[in-house]
Amino acid sequence: MGELLNILSWICLLLGSFFAVSGGIGLMRFPDFFSRLHPAGITDTLGAALILIGLMFQAGFNLISVKLMMILAFLLLTTPTATHALAKSALHGNLRPLTGQSLKR
Amino acid sequence: MMFDVTMAAILVTMALALSRALLGPSLYDRILAVNMFGTKTVLAIAVLGFLMGRPEFLDLSLVYGVINYIGVIAILKFFESGDLAHPGHFGE
Repeated sequence: MGELLNILSWICLLLGSFFAVSGGIGLMRFPDFFSRLHPAGITDTLGAALILIGLMFQAGFNLISVKLMMILAFLLLTTPTATHALAKSALHGNLRPLTGQSLKR
Repeated sequence: MMFDVTMAAILVTMALALSRALLGPSLYDRILAVNMFGTKTVLAIAVLGFLMGRPEFLDLSLVYGVINYIGVIAILKFFESGDLAHPGHFGE
């Protein structure tokens, strides 16, 4: 049983790390601010959730897992609202998304 | 050993977020990169708590998440309505 938990937590931690790094690379490569919201969202929600779930498997069934769950719930609630407020504020500051017409190619 | 790999991945993401914060053409790119950096710090503190065997680090990461969120919203309000003192009119 202990070994299974270890393997599960390793898988979750590895996947979480993969999504975190891929989101970081996406943040560097995407052409426009509004398209960069997507990789930032990926790392904040999916990467963070997988890493925290991986830690929960390591911690077992005690107060530490409850704290990890609180962090996870808080992150999943506030990161999308922060991204939404960011996009709304960017639109208000007349930053327009890169649509087909403006691509000169 | 597993935590070292996760810590390395988080540090790489932080470096990428910082470079986007430096390169970011518009102001909102920078705020986005700083917000992402803050969320990664929350994860880094949690993983460090597990690495060093100190469970009280999780309280630190929760508080850091709260402060990071409020900071981002305050910055947005400041740049949207000029100052933080008066009740802003988001959206007009």
